[in-house]
Amino acid sequence: MIVTKKLVKRFGLKTVLRGLDLEVQAGEFVALLGPNGAGKTTFLRILASLSSPTLGEVIVAGYRLPRQASAVRHNLGVVSHMPLLYGDLTAEENLRFYGRLYGIREAGQRITEVLELVGLESRRRDLVRTFSRGMQQRLAIGRAILHDPDVLLFDEPHTGLDQDACDMLDRLLRKVAGEGRTVVMTSHDLARVEELASRFDVLSRGIICASSSRKDLGRKNLLDFYRQALEN
Amino acid sequence: MMERKNRYLKATSSLSKAIGAIVWKDLAAELRSRELLSAMLVFALLVILIFNFALELDAQARRVATAGILWATFAFAGTLGLNRSMAVEKDRGCLDGLLLAPVDRSAIYFGKSISNLAFMLIIEAIVLPVYSVLYNTNLFHPGLILVILLGSVGYVAVGTLLSSMAVQTRTRDVLLPILLFPVVIPILIAAVKASSGFLQGLTFTDVMPYINLLIVYDVIVTAVSYMVFDYVVEE
Repeated sequence: MIVTKKLVKRFGLKTVLRGLDLEVQAGEFVALLGPNGAGKTTFLRILASLSSPTLGEVIVAGYRLPRQASAVRHNLGVVSHMPLLYGDLTAEENLRFYGRLYGIREAGQRITEVLELVGLESRRRDLVRTFSRGMQQRLAIGRAILHDPDVLLFDEPHTGLDQDACDMLDRLLRKVAGEGRTVVMTSHDLARVEELASRFDVLSRGIICASSSRKDLGRKNLLDFYRQALEN
Repeated sequence: MMERKNRYLKATSSLSKAIGAIVWKDLAAELRSRELLSAMLVFALLVILIFNFALELDAQARRVATAGILWATFAFAGTLGLNRSMAVEKDRGCLDGLLLAPVDRSAIYFGKSISNLAFMLIIEAIVLPVYSVLYNTNLFHPGLILVILLGSVGYVAVGTLLSSMAVQTRTRDVLLPILLFPVVIPILIAAVKASSGFLQGLTFTDVMPYINLLIVYDVIVTAVSYMVFDYVVEE
């Protein structure tokens, strides 16, 4: 579902990604771990077609980037620590707007379905700026799955959320990932991703330096695996 | 693993639908917040008030100075609107939301341009009668309305492109006027000359060279902006 080969990204003289190879199978939930500045967000922005690779090959949902960016965007939902929502529109208006951009059929029915899924049906006519950070993040997930994408990218979705909001978000993430979608999520919260992901990849100095499935991790602690990966 | 049913198979959103969606979103959000329009309007009214008190003009001098005062007011107020319109998209990450949509990126450019033009025309529609009263000058001339429309189209066409560049920088508030004003000098000169001509009672034929310049400039900047917008928003 996602393949990158020898992916390089440079910003001027600074090289952020140095030949990154990654393969994610359909239905996998991959947690991308790594220290600040490792290139996680840059990598996700390339997968999301928001940034062009300097060198290398990128295939998302069977389409090559950047050439087939439009086809990729049809099959992709993105949630970042920013909600990508308009505060002066209601929850329903935000989804209707994105629905129009994505050309969604039966938009009214789909919006109701999504709002019920994220638990915001009762707040559909409220302005987004009146929502708590947790509610905005739930609506952001609703926006990301509105067009029913096959691939979801989450860039540190827990940032700025309190414990309860994080728990609620995790339940929602499990639900949307459990619908057969391929998910790549970056996070610094190892305890949370340990519960959610089926595979853990560690990104350091622009390459994937370690990878383990949940099964292979066995009884080993994710924190130990992560520390070991960074030390090697 | 639960199987997902693809009931909401995506149909490609056409360019016109995407442009319409962006314009609807901007107008709906502005109708609620009135953030952008109120800032532009207060600023525009202050500028014409200051000019009114600073320059004590007789009837003849008023006719000569009106075009310049009007276009200086529109240009400064327009810059405020252009800056804010793109900052709203950038601050909450919404520009990424637009760029993630499977639509031609020119839809974003045209959508934002039409919204910005609508905001600018609203301000101009309010400023004109206020100016007429304050300066005791009749501004309701069809030729002048045409010049204002053409001038605003060109100003917004290039302003939307440059504001989407400036918004990516930390110094966006100061950068936009620095980038914009040198580029819009041809529009401002042509618009001031044409407006002044109409206000001094010249015929349409006399003013035609400036109208032609405005039309040509509008077409060129719109075409160039359409071609380069993709590269401007690309990371």
